[in-house]
Amino acid sequence: MHRYERPKDLETALDLRAGGEWQVIAGGTDVFPAMVGRVAPRPLLDISGIEALRRIEETAAGWRLGACLRWSELRDHSLPPLFDGLRKAAGMIGGRQIQNRATLGGNLCNASPAADGAAALLALDARVELRSRRGRRELPLAEFLLGNRRTALAPDELLTAILVPASRGEARSDFLKLGARKYLVISIVMVALVLEGDAQGVIRRAGIAVGACAPTARRLPLLEERLLGRRLDEPLAEAVDGGVLAPLSPIDDIRGTAAYRREAALVLLRRGLEGLATAMPGAA
Amino acid sequence: MEERAGVRFLLNGRPVVARSAPGERLSRVLREEFGLTGTKVGCDAGDCGACTVLLDGTQICACLTPLGQVAGGRVTTVEGLAGEDAPSRLQRAFLALGAAQCGICTPGMLMAASELLRQRPRPTPAEVEEALGGVLCRCTGYRKIMEAALLAAGDAPLPAEPAGAVGARRTRLDGPEKVTGRAAFGADRAPPEALELRLLRSPHHRARFTIGDLDAFRARHPGILRILTAADIPGRNGYGIYPDLKDQPVLAEKEVRHRGEPVLALVGTPEAVRAVDPEEVPIVWEPLPPVLGIDAALAPDAPLLHPGRPGNVLIEGRVRRGDVEAALGEATARAAIAVETSFVEHAYIEPEAGYAVRRGDRIEVFATTQAPYMDREEVAAVLGIPPEKVRILPSVCGGGFGGKLDVSVQPILAVAAWLLDRPVRTVWSRPESMAASTKRHPARIRAEAGADAEGRLTGVRFHGDFDTGAYASWGPTVAQRVPVHATGPYRVRAALCTTRGVYTNGPPAGAFRGFGVPQAAIAHEALMDMLADRLGMDRLDFRLRNALRPGDRTHCGQELGEGVALVACLERLRPIWRRERERLARDGRGEGPLRRGLGVACMWYGLGNTSMSNPSTMEVGLSADGRLTLYNGAVDIGQGSATIMVQICAEALGLPVESFTQVLGDTARTRDAGKTSASRQTLVSGNAARLAGLDLRRRILRLANAGPDAELALDGPVLRVTENGRVREIELFRLTADADGEVLRGIGSWDPPTEPLDADGQGVPYAAYGFAAQMALVEVDTELGTTRVLRIWAAHDVGRAVNPTLVEGQIEGGIAQGIGLALMEEFVPGRNENLHDYLIPTVGDVPEIEIHLIEEGDPLGPYGAKGVGEPALIPTAPAVLNAIAEATGVRPTRVPVTPDRLLAALAAAKTRG
Ligand SMILES: Cc1cc2nc3c(=O)[nH]c(=O)nc-3n(C[C@H](O)[C@H](O)[C@H](O)COP(=O)(O)OP(=O)(O)OC[C@H]3O[C@@H](n4cnc5c(N)ncnc54)[C@H](O)[C@@H]3O)c2cc1C
Ligand code: FES
Ligand code: FES
Repeated sequence: MHRYERPKDLETALDLRAGGEWQVIAGGTDVFPAMVGRVAPRPLLDISGIEALRRIEETAAGWRLGACLRWSELRDHSLPPLFDGLRKAAGMIGGRQIQNRATLGGNLCNASPAADGAAALLALDARVELRSRRGRRELPLAEFLLGNRRTALAPDELLTAILVPASRGEARSDFLKLGARKYLVISIVMVALVLEGDAQGVIRRAGIAVGACAPTARRLPLLEERLLGRRLDEPLAEAVDGGVLAPLSPIDDIRGTAAYRREAALVLLRRGLEGLATAMPGAA
Repeated sequence: MEERAGVRFLLNGRPVVARSAPGERLSRVLREEFGLTGTKVGCDAGDCGACTVLLDGTQICACLTPLGQVAGGRVTTVEGLAGEDAPSRLQRAFLALGAAQCGICTPGMLMAASELLRQRPRPTPAEVEEALGGVLCRCTGYRKIMEAALLAAGDAPLPAEPAGAVGARRTRLDGPEKVTGRAAFGADRAPPEALELRLLRSPHHRARFTIGDLDAFRARHPGILRILTAADIPGRNGYGIYPDLKDQPVLAEKEVRHRGEPVLALVGTPEAVRAVDPEEVPIVWEPLPPVLGIDAALAPDAPLLHPGRPGNVLIEGRVRRGDVEAALGEATARAAIAVETSFVEHAYIEPEAGYAVRRGDRIEVFATTQAPYMDREEVAAVLGIPPEKVRILPSVCGGGFGGKLDVSVQPILAVAAWLLDRPVRTVWSRPESMAASTKRHPARIRAEAGADAEGRLTGVRFHGDFDTGAYASWGPTVAQRVPVHATGPYRVRAALCTTRGVYTNGPPAGAFRGFGVPQAAIAHEALMDMLADRLGMDRLDFRLRNALRPGDRTHCGQELGEGVALVACLERLRPIWRRERERLARDGRGEGPLRRGLGVACMWYGLGNTSMSNPSTMEVGLSADGRLTLYNGAVDIGQGSATIMVQICAEALGLPVESFTQVLGDTARTRDAGKTSASRQTLVSGNAARLAGLDLRRRILRLANAGPDAELALDGPVLRVTENGRVREIELFRLTADADGEVLRGIGSWDPPTEPLDADGQGVPYAAYGFAAQMALVEVDTELGTTRVLRIWAAHDVGRAVNPTLVEGQIEGGIAQGIGLALMEEFVPGRNENLHDYLIPTVGDVPEIEIHLIEEGDPLGPYGAKGVGEPALIPTAPAVLNAIAEATGVRPTRVPVTPDRLLAALAAAKTRG
């Protein structure tokens, strides 16, 4: 059996990380399934013991979510409505056992096209904080997720936090997941929506992301643009048409065909927008 | 270093120091270092939840948690749930309500539920569902688990154990060991010095291979003591269900015919064997173009899978009665349908596992199985020794559903233990289990039926091709059973039902709950709806008009006796059918894109083997100290035979269930009770148990010189026989005991009376049939193509419910599998060999089920009882599909009806206008 280290502080973890080839592990819910019938390919660097990476903090710029925050902790944390979608996603990742261990950072670093957290965080304009012995850097999440199982993480880096900008106005968000059964299901398609309105109920920011329809979750800029300036009580679903899906490149796989994914994405987008419009205060 | 210091934590309240590597999975540490095998491993990937334990009070998957993460924490396993000497209230609720069947998911379910009950003492049903959502159960359909968790949460007293034998809701006799984690499944027991065996399997559907320098490979892996290839098999390198079809090699020779086929076996220390990367084993593959699917196999230039099977046709089946052309010609209404189904995986939560030990010129195999006596024959032939030298010790079986009727680990373990003369164990990983085990046959069916103006069926024409995969397995059974059932349980003047079993390079398709009949039922139940609609008749009434009744002749020419209660099933459902249809008519079919529909479907199922002798023998002994032992060779795969055999024997004997213990399955100590398949154990072994009980009773009465109505009572070593107030005491301890310690024995054998089928399938294929009708209410999201089953009603002709709780459990579990078959289950070799991508229903996918047991008694059944294992599943998928058709106006013909398929079908219907 390989070496295993579980440092209690980030500095030690970064030292170790810089000094060798490690398999980083947090909740282990992606790492262990990849090792069925096999032994660990590399020594394990377990970062789940670093308490500092498990905090939720409100900062001047917004929110800082520790990379080792577990989905259950996020799910059960009281947060403003901006986070409703993310928290809903948290409650739909695997079953309770998974949510109790799996982390936000693991979801992003594993970079599955069907990562629910990636879509939800992308819609929130999240940035990732990466640290190494060499220092600290920040990247927009969209630049961190490079493709199927590919990220911008350097071999000596750890993802330490996810930074979510504060909303300026009244924010609402939602997350719609489509799977072929009720629990423990990987999304065929999922849609994350964030809308911010001003005091007059006019949409000033829209973040809409679709997952499982491209190598990584994708934002839909055209749709977002169409939504800006509309009133929240308008029938927003009208803004959705096939054209807004341009950034997507779904494939046929065991969970569904590409054509189906497009169709379902449109349906989920319409439903999501309708739902948010009615959830908005001041909406009809 | 932490490694040397060990990892300290509280394990079930006791401080412990674990010495395993801290990166090791907690599940393995619990099982191997601490011997706590109550924590089960079904996948090692977080997908099944069988390994659920509590860490600091929250449920986690022990298979995904490295030991190092529990340092300083509190770990609770199922072994820690019980109090000092009594199971917890939750465990007792599971027992009382029959929430554990095979029991492999039970520890995980208990732990998940206990997390919830600690956090929320009064949970709502929705909260229970959420809490259990991460644990899969393949047996129960989850309903009784939900009920048990809710019952445990309340203050209501738990139901008391009922008195009596046949008809009583007795707690399963093997229940206590299942809810406490003591039950030993295939992976739970092995001699401590056992070597480990690991099979290397083909990554290709079809390929030739050569094996390179194994000596050099072994030199690099000193812990590997032996590498077995086909050349090492001492006896016949082939097995299979039929005596003339031993076409499946234990280890492939030169060519592999399906993905997952084993080619060699590594045997060595567990560490060495586990450390091997399959890539470094010197096997050179030459992939060949595979024959995948029925069309490819039947193509004129298709490569032939097996010699002597031209056209890749394994077998054909046929039943013909009357002139079907004429009968269809005379029909007022006609309907035709073509349906296609997929490979379906059994997905028992317990993967194949066991160990073998050589004892001189004998071999012992402990393994998870449904058929110990067939295993014995196969192992003997593979070793080239007589069957008497083979002893099969069935483990507790963590689910079978037909998939553990074929041998799996048994022959290769026996070969390894035989050659190395050391105990050898193996546990298949989930991907191995899914790649290598048998599947439900994909079927391609064309069927046509006609009815006259009065709504009477005139003729049925049916043809089904079944993809039997690379090896014969149970293919012939499917090909023969389907034509006998393909008309559905209806009177029909003329029928022509034909089948073919076709070899392909798919996984071997074998036995799976219903042997092809569930696939056929999808077709005949679609036809029944279509005909009823064309005649303007009510769909249920149309079935009622045609339902087989006592005295009718089947299309095999068999005259049915009593014990045919389909009419009663349909009549029981009729008021509900009317009410629900009226409700739909009144309240509408749903809002927005949602559409509701109600479907009904019937089935029949011949119990036991088709036109074949399939006897069972049971023995019961009474010992000098007044204990009864049932020598029960029928394997309990969760369905409850270990309980009902005792209930039946106790009823016949006239002594209480409490006085019994059992010897289960051990081929050295029990007699052949056949295999646990074809829903035959209640009928066939149940009769044997009854006759054994009667035989012992007769001997006792003779000894006491008492008449048949005398009452028996055991008082320690004294047996009291009371007749008309006169008491006679038999002092058992004075009688001479045999080797087992028995002073009296009874034995019973029973074989269902059948007659061979002629070339046109005319004869008496089965002695008794089960019947059922089910209704499904579904809601389809017509924009997303998703289907939710909202409720199921199930009326089953069970003859007599020996134990109503167990019967309900079978029905609920069968329905859950039927929902999976209809909506989500499709195995694609190489694509979804895990429980992450291969979906089976979770607790949230099985709706409320309302069960109606029809107990009119079967003249042949023990106390009127007959089997229900397979009948439970068969009508569900057809009822769901019929409901979808009603909800959407589009009849799905490709199963499973996944969201993308349904949406495509709806779109196609729209463009057709
Ligand atoms: C049964 C089951 C169901 C699941 N269902 C879902 C689902 O519905 N939706 C979904 O999105 N996902 C699902 N997952 C996937 C998984 O649970 C999530 O992706 C989870 O968030 C991963 O987190 P983790 O902490 O367990 O990651 P780990 O397994 O610990 O790590 C995953 C990867 O990320 C790397 N890593 C982790 N943390 C860091 C860090 N801070 N810095 C650098 N690298 C890091 C690791 O090296 C590894 O490569 C499921 C998994 C299972 C087993
Ligand atoms: S064994 Fe852990 S979830 Fe299946
Ligand atoms: S009882 Fe749940 S899997 Fe068998």
